[in-house]
Amino acid sequence: MTPYSSFLFFIILGILLLPTMILGIMGKHLRYYNVFVSIAVLALIFSGGDEGFYSLVIFTILQLVLIKSYISYRQKKNSSLVFYLMSLLSIMPLILSKILPFLAVDNWASFLGISYLTFRAVQIIIETRDGLIKQQLSIYQLVNFMLFYPTISSGPIDRFRRFQKDEEKRWTPEEYKELLYKGINKIFLGFLYKFIIGYAINTYFIMDLDHIADGRFSYHLLYMYSYSLYLFFDFAGYTLFAVGVSYIMGIRSPENFNMPFISRNIKDFWNRWHMSLSFWFRDYVFMRFVFLMKKKKWIQNKMLVSNLGYILLFLLMGVWHGLAIQYIVYGAYHALMMTAFNYFETWNKKHKRWPTGKTMTIVSIVITFHVVCFGFYLFSGRPFQ
Amino acid sequence: MEFKEKVLQVIAEVCEDDVVKEEQDLDIFEAGLLDSFATVELIVQFEEQLGINVPITEFDRDTWNTPNAIIDRLNELK
Repeated sequence: MTPYSSFLFFIILGILLLPTMILGIMGKHLRYYNVFVSIAVLALIFSGGDEGFYSLVIFTILQLVLIKSYISYRQKKNSSLVFYLMSLLSIMPLILSKILPFLAVDNWASFLGISYLTFRAVQIIIETRDGLIKQQLSIYQLVNFMLFYPTISSGPIDRFRRFQKDEEKRWTPEEYKELLYKGINKIFLGFLYKFIIGYAINTYFIMDLDHIADGRFSYHLLYMYSYSLYLFFDFAGYTLFAVGVSYIMGIRSPENFNMPFISRNIKDFWNRWHMSLSFWFRDYVFMRFVFLMKKKKWIQNKMLVSNLGYILLFLLMGVWHGLAIQYIVYGAYHALMMTAFNYFETWNKKHKRWPTGKTMTIVSIVITFHVVCFGFYLFSGRPFQ
Repeated sequence: MEFKEKVLQVIAEVCEDDVVKEEQDLDIFEAGLLDSFATVELIVQFEEQLGINVPITEFDRDTWNTPNAIIDRLNELK
């Protein structure tokens, strides 16, 4: 059963979470009962047969072995080669799941949520390398973090140390009531976003575009706007469910959206759209790449280093979505937009030609909105059909 | 030079703005003085000029957001 896709799922989840809420309001520890809820919901999600239950199990065991052996290794030694090898092994299932469909064989490596779960695992390896995770982690801690069901299918991507703090915390009744209130609020806002607004845009506009548009150009233009809005409401709605349920479980999962359509430039946009993913790439790819280049003094030119970093980040982000042409083009498009903006920002810092003020802010927002929507139009795959 | 002044000097150099020396509770990310690229530069400078190693993953924007906060964190890592 796909998470959050049917009312039956919500009803079952609501019944399972009732004891959690009662325990929380009484100020009791949530973790023991929550383990039971997690197993029950995971069984519900993965029992359908199409979600790749066995691949998930093998994947989890592989990641556990990798993480636990790397932490043991890191307590004694710290070779870069071992770190890169472990990271590669950790993302190997994800790479396989993206490549296998092209080899015309069964995609046995894939399962629901593999793209997101991989990021949770690799991140632990990276933080171990950085010396932020020193103690060996228990199987319970790792499995609980990796298979945290509210965010299993499409994120948000939490960070291990942050997650752990919430997980160990015993909320007071007042704190828990606040979490519960916020969680329920988010879930209902999610209904509005996904099942009302998103559904309406798709059903009454996008699927009816043949009658609404009066030509090829207007068809594609209207498709671009409506698909962008649909994508936002659908994904933001899902995220509200995922974060809302997390809150009820006593875990404050990070947010994914912060009003992305009022971004003033493309850089601003990536701080507002799918934030847990873009921050992941920022912290674990872009910043590490820039750090390496500076530290080793391989490239001196600032502009070149940052632009190469952006290109690396967005191409990776593109193929992470999938190896289809639209995702690669989408990644390349955003790489191009970011490097172009990087040049512009540096130039403008010196010359101060771009006027400031209320009107110009609105102009910037409108321009960014169109740049972004065109990106989603590419992402949708419609131009390549 | 005192440790605090040294740190402020490094931050001011990277941000290309002396305002951080005056307003030590200014959120440098919200003020647009620091982005992820400049953050890396700051981390490299801390290592080169102060000899303090800050792992990239340790530099959390919520707890390293103002000059004063940065000084506190560096003192913890010293």
